Amino acid sequence: MSTTVPAADTRYARSAEAVERLAAQLAATATRPWTLMEVCGGQTHAIVRWGLDQLLPEGIRLIHGPGCPVCVTPAATLDAALALARQPEVILCSYGDMLRVPGSRSGDDLLGVRAAGGDVRLLTSPLQAIALAQAHPDRLVVFLAVGFETTAPATALLVRQATALGLVNLALLPAHVRVVPAMEAILSGPDNQVQGFLAAGHVGAVMGTAELQGLVQRQGVPVVISGFEPVELMAGILRCVQLLEAGESAVANAYGRVVQEGGNPEAQQLIEAVFEVVDQPWRGLGVIPAGGLALRPAYAALEARHHRPQLLEQPQPAAAQEPQQSQEPHNLPVCISGQILRGVRRPCDCPAFGSSCTPEHPLGAPMVSSEGACAAYHRYRPN
Amino acid sequence: MEQNARIRLAHGGGGTLMQQLIDQELRRLYADPQQLLHDAASLTLPPGQLAFTTDSYVVQPLEFPGGDIGSLAITGTANDLAMAGARPLHLSVALILEEGLPLSLLRRVVGSMVTASRACGLTIVTGDTKVVERGKADGLFINTSGIGVVEASQPIHPSRIAAGDQLLVSGDLGRHGVAILAARHGLQLDPPVLSDCAPLWPLVQQLLQRGARIHCLRDLTRGGLASALQELALAAGLTLQIEEERIPVIEPVARCCDLLGFEPLHLANEGRFLAVVPAESLDRVAPLLEAWGGSWIGSVLPEMGEAPVLLRTAYGSSRVLRPLSGELLPRIC
Repeated sequence: MSTTVPAADTRYARSAEAVERLAAQLAATATRPWTLMEVCGGQTHAIVRWGLDQLLPEGIRLIHGPGCPVCVTPAATLDAALALARQPEVILCSYGDMLRVPGSRSGDDLLGVRAAGGDVRLLTSPLQAIALAQAHPDRLVVFLAVGFETTAPATALLVRQATALGLVNLALLPAHVRVVPAMEAILSGPDNQVQGFLAAGHVGAVMGTAELQGLVQRQGVPVVISGFEPVELMAGILRCVQLLEAGESAVANAYGRVVQEGGNPEAQQLIEAVFEVVDQPWRGLGVIPAGGLALRPAYAALEARHHRPQLLEQPQPAAAQEPQQSQEPHNLPVCISGQILRGVRRPCDCPAFGSSCTPEHPLGAPMVSSEGACAAYHRYRPN
Repeated sequence: MEQNARIRLAHGGGGTLMQQLIDQELRRLYADPQQLLHDAASLTLPPGQLAFTTDSYVVQPLEFPGGDIGSLAITGTANDLAMAGARPLHLSVALILEEGLPLSLLRRVVGSMVTASRACGLTIVTGDTKVVERGKADGLFINTSGIGVVEASQPIHPSRIAAGDQLLVSGDLGRHGVAILAARHGLQLDPPVLSDCAPLWPLVQQLLQRGARIHCLRDLTRGGLASALQELALAAGLTLQIEEERIPVIEPVARCCDLLGFEPLHLANEGRFLAVVPAESLDRVAPLLEAWGGSWIGSVLPEMGEAPVLLRTAYGSSRVLRPLSGELLPRIC
């Protein structure tokens, strides 16, 4: 199985002159304080890595959103993955970052299960699970399928192919989430501070702008689809501040080189064919109405709980009662990850940050994932 | 031995198969096969201070673009000697072979070791071979120990680093790490990225011959530049500040890092070093390193308290640079 690495020219997207020009324009545009949220963890990571927040005029504040699929995967799903991975006949596979996320008990993660003899594998594409299942007909291959609308089409493709091949030893532990309902939940929260959004460019590339138009109409906030490079982020921030200053709520696309208005219809059809929209618990945020994707009943035979009902008696994942906010057992009272995921507080506001909570000994999921806000602050900021 | 032959336990048993393995496959490692006839090598060393080091090699895959475990095992240990300002002279080679290892692979690895020894200007003078049962080793492990003679007139050591010193790297960073990751994860890079595995002594020798004063050298292996800077900053009790724009990284390495979510400064190199030199030596050192693709990257500041290593971005913003935490895992989106 091989992946061809695409060419990408980042020279303009990282140009220091362009960033400087955009920062100057921003300073000339902003007449009052504004608070924006960048939704995606990849954007948070880039902002902190390049120190872009240091280049903003005073009063323009960025708060970091919940767009890290690794961070918001419910503890109950991880507990199910851990229980499955401990079974000698199971091969549990997922994406890299998921292997380090603790379940409901601190320190209990898939890498630990692997060290204790469990068969835990890292995949870069869900379709690799098919080859694994074919190579090990006597074992059950379980794919822990996480991510936003960006990775859901690939999972859908896996479901389609596994069904077509009639593979009986391949199962899914699905925990796909939808980003727009989470944005809506944040705006509706009692402690919301967000006045405008930078929406995630790669979700836009799949889903287009339609869902965001609905959000803007209902909530009356500007949303700017932005990329992940310094120039793209600065352009997105500038566009959002321009809209705020003009009192306009609209969807703007500052990532036109990648995002089309209609998105990727083929990928949308794949998602639609395989998944249905469900209420979904988000770690740290509670149940978000329409916040997740579950396999349609036609594919129920692929659910891990169908294969191992005795291990996974908890309904998974849609109806699972994820504890609200950060009341999960492993989240020590000191961990404020729920507030961080809602953008109410920053990682450096947490008393545990950098002392009792580090990437090596994470107390909350945002410290685990390379896309998590706490991990980004820990990696790039003095404690 | 036949084409599809594999290592058997008996190859380590001390009997005829073992003798055959030594005669047919391993003898060519030794410049003087007489060495094989005795339990220990007798060496005549040039006068002066000696440097002595050891390292074990467990890389997977055993063969990767631009090198293999054999070239790594020779070059890596020779480079550790060079970092102490020592000319590499002699090496020991201990092989731990897993039952079932294809002999053809062992032959290629031994060939690389012979080539690498010549490139490093050293000789292999003693060795050992063990075979373990299938499943008890990952194909092939190698330990090498090396001895060299120090040619630097002043000690090269982290304790000599002082505020005002300048930081340079000897070439572009991250190639070895990317070559290994690509081989491990089946990434087809176009153009392919080859390991930078190469002897460092020739460049260190040039620096010494030009009379450059060198306070410290560090090869940028596991953990890459980030770990090396962190270790030196803590050892010296000073703050190191680097300029991100000045760090040489070739485009395919940068692209692969972007895709997988890695920092080029965390990736291993096997033919690159960091040099810490006093400001007055910069004019002598920089042109030599630049000729090898290296660059000035920053300077040593008095202890600032914020973090041991600071990085200034192309945009004038500043952040800390931390060593890698945990395993290198590709991120998901």
